[in-house]
Amino acid sequence: MTSDIAAILAIDGIATGAVYALVAIGTVLIFTVTRVIFIPFGDIAAFTALTLAALDAKRFPGTGALVVVLACLATLIEIISLVRNGDARLLPRALLFYLVLPLVVVGIAWFTMRMDPPLAVRLVLALMLITPIAPLLDRIVFRPIADGTVLLLLTVSVALHFALVGLGLLFFGPEGVRTEPLTSFSTEFAGVLISGQTMLIVLAALVFSGLLYLFFDFTLVGKSLRATAVNRTGSRLMGIRPARAGTIAYLLGSLMAGVSGILIAPVNTVFYDSGFLIGLKAFVGAIVGGMTSYPGAAIGAVGVGILESFASFQSSALKDVIVFSLLIPILIWRSLASLHSEEEIEE
Amino acid sequence: MTRLHVQLAAVAALACVALAPLVLSPFSVTLMNYIGIYSLVAIGLALLTGVGGIVSFGQAAFVGIAAYATAWVSALNGQSPWLGLLFGVALTCGVAAILGVVTLRLQGHFLSLSTVAWGLAIGFLFGNVEGLGRFNGISSIPPISVGSFALVSSAQIYYLIWSIVALVLLLGYNLLDSRLGRAMRALRGGNTLVESLGINAFRIKLVTFVIAAFLASLSGWLYAHMSRFISPGPFDASMGIEYLMMTMVGGAGSLLGGVVGAAIVTLLKNSVQDYLPLIAKGASGQLEIVAFSALFILFLQWARQGIVPSIARYLPKTGRERPQPAPPLPRRPQPGPGELLLKVDGAERRFGGLVAVNNVSFEVRSGEIVAVIGPNGAGKSTMFNCLTGALRVNKGEIVFAGRMITRDPQSRIAKAGVARTFQHVKLRPRMSLLENVMLGTYSRTRSGLFAGAFRLNQREEASARHEALMQLERVGLGDKPFELAGNLPLGNQRILEIARALAADPALLVLDEPAAGLRRQEKLRLAELLRSLRADHLTILIVEHDMEFVMSLVDRIVVLDFGSKLCEGVPSAIRSDERVQEAYLGGVA
Repeated sequence: MTSDIAAILAIDGIATGAVYALVAIGTVLIFTVTRVIFIPFGDIAAFTALTLAALDAKRFPGTGALVVVLACLATLIEIISLVRNGDARLLPRALLFYLVLPLVVVGIAWFTMRMDPPLAVRLVLALMLITPIAPLLDRIVFRPIADGTVLLLLTVSVALHFALVGLGLLFFGPEGVRTEPLTSFSTEFAGVLISGQTMLIVLAALVFSGLLYLFFDFTLVGKSLRATAVNRTGSRLMGIRPARAGTIAYLLGSLMAGVSGILIAPVNTVFYDSGFLIGLKAFVGAIVGGMTSYPGAAIGAVGVGILESFASFQSSALKDVIVFSLLIPILIWRSLASLHSEEEIEE
Repeated sequence: MTRLHVQLAAVAALACVALAPLVLSPFSVTLMNYIGIYSLVAIGLALLTGVGGIVSFGQAAFVGIAAYATAWVSALNGQSPWLGLLFGVALTCGVAAILGVVTLRLQGHFLSLSTVAWGLAIGFLFGNVEGLGRFNGISSIPPISVGSFALVSSAQIYYLIWSIVALVLLLGYNLLDSRLGRAMRALRGGNTLVESLGINAFRIKLVTFVIAAFLASLSGWLYAHMSRFISPGPFDASMGIEYLMMTMVGGAGSLLGGVVGAAIVTLLKNSVQDYLPLIAKGASGQLEIVAFSALFILFLQWARQGIVPSIARYLPKTGRERPQPAPPLPRRPQPGPGELLLKVDGAERRFGGLVAVNNVSFEVRSGEIVAVIGPNGAGKSTMFNCLTGALRVNKGEIVFAGRMITRDPQSRIAKAGVARTFQHVKLRPRMSLLENVMLGTYSRTRSGLFAGAFRLNQREEASARHEALMQLERVGLGDKPFELAGNLPLGNQRILEIARALAADPALLVLDEPAAGLRRQEKLRLAELLRSLRADHLTILIVEHDMEFVMSLVDRIVVLDFGSKLCEGVPSAIRSDERVQEAYLGGVA
């Protein structure tokens, strides 16, 4: 391997890694606030890419129907649980958040579609359509078992991923998509060609992690999320609702996943089931950060991207084997590094 | 319900299974074969996940290793499938042992995540290795032959599959009711509990892990020779999760649940395939996975316990006989009265900048009751943890019965004759009182895996059972030995812990805040019990902050304050010591 190739591989790896980093940060966000290891984030990213491709092709994306179905389900469950608890006066509010709001989003997307909007608007539409999915899934799937063990939540999360893959095929079809590049700009740096898309990916990763940092450190909502992450009961006593904090975390997380999906769509062909590997690799990155640190997760994800890039140069067939085998030493290192209080498994 | 009823039910079930191929259509028999094959993996997972508390997403990879191994031996190299079985089992168990050694020290969800990692890595490997047919797989695998009789049709291999399942169930239940099985069932109580019983937790986890992999390898071997063709698909990550579903649906922790879960999941998948197209016209096959995942999520939301435990609750309890007298278990040589038993010399333990225990020295002589007391934050618990090996001292040494134990792990200290109880009671709530106390006899008994599975351990078991009953009677809990430990009130749970500690035949009994949370009557009963133990020449070390409880009971008191030893002496001297009063009451200014 010459240094030229190494440089190209490294840049390629950083770009892939930056995409993983966005998803990884979202994963850490959800995990710290809700203790759910949300494997389906990769699916959210892939769905965004598919949504954008559909919009580009002037078709209304399946995401719309998916959101409507999920919204109806979530509303139904919310109504049942409210009525059961005798909180019927909260019904209008629940209807607004779980039914009206998602439907309005889908409606806006539907109407804007007719006007043949420019690319920038299509990007916004894709993100708008994708963000309600995770919070709705949270309401349907995770809220009823919010007090379960991390393992129960993880098992459910994995099952949810499979359900989403099936839904993905149903709503988007089996064709892979590759969207047009967001920019055709490219430049040469130290003899290596760097595409504008690569720069955009890295830039977006930096901007969004920066924004998240500002959000957590300088806004009250951000601080309440951090408080929930540190101590659920304690923050509840301070008047923070963990369920609401969870919803915000899911919204933010899906936004990050959505952005990563938009960024990866012009570089790789995305299929309805591409999300699993994106999600898992992001997740490997998140584990490097111990599932708690955002910079750690980002660095880990970039590391995974670079590793994958070099591994695929050595043997493209075995690159996934290499990436996941290397997860084991990382896990051992993390397990040794983190001080564990003994956890008994309840029966 | 007596033992006879259980045996009758088992015989009836066996008869049904044996007659099934005569009545069922060939398609249904094939379906039954799949259920049997999946059951083996699910039984292994029930043992690993339900009993041992190790959630594995990677069992499908083990099935795959064995299937590919036997396919390689029989289809590609023309050898006998039986050689393939040997090779497959050896390879799978070998891989499992290596993976286990590397990963089983991981904690909680890190461990489960590592199973995702190697499950995926091995799954990807099948499709990418030259010589294993890549994604096309390996075809024309020969059938298994018994003598010259080849098991070609599905009704022929049916009997092989289900005899293996029945045998595995029998041996599995035997194992769970043995010394090793009880240790496995204790794993979910956490490492500290397991190690305090003189059990090497890591070893038990490794054994459980390899057993589960062994069952998966049997399944892989049967699968390869039944379907006669293998490709990477059935061994990928999604199948690993499906096995986990089977286990959880049937009821993790119940071996029979593995079979029930495999049956339900397989039949459900089949009927989803059959009926879904009728409900949703033109729906693609992918709706199956959606419906299936949704059902699984609903199931986990509504019945985390699983089916078999939910039904078992409504069945009458099997009546069990009180253990009969049996030859006693061997006892350890006890130290003579007044002999030096425990010597702590200059112990120091730091946490970062905080010195929790600072240059503490004291001695315990055989036959005494000694208390270590002190106000909150005095370093009592840290001292206790250093004594029992849960923590290591940074400086100083601890000698027990003439043997340096400063650097020993917990289980070795426990084996040397230090038995402990816990401030926050650590019992196995779903095990009976008798079984909880039998856990204490672990280090006094010998029988292993094979003796347990094939019931060659009955003499030793009878002795252990009788010993446990005697200890229960000694502490006053002998009237209901088959009650579940979780049903006892806290005071009796503490006393049960003492019985468990006594069953280990300890030279030194160490009690961690035994009076914490007890009502007055319970405290009095506890004190009385401890006095009666002293009358039996047992040496006891109590860590406690309840002055009243300690004063009337012990021979000598060591007072700690801010990590250092304040003073030491008989209760009356301690009571009148001004430094102690100041430490407890904040000074008489």
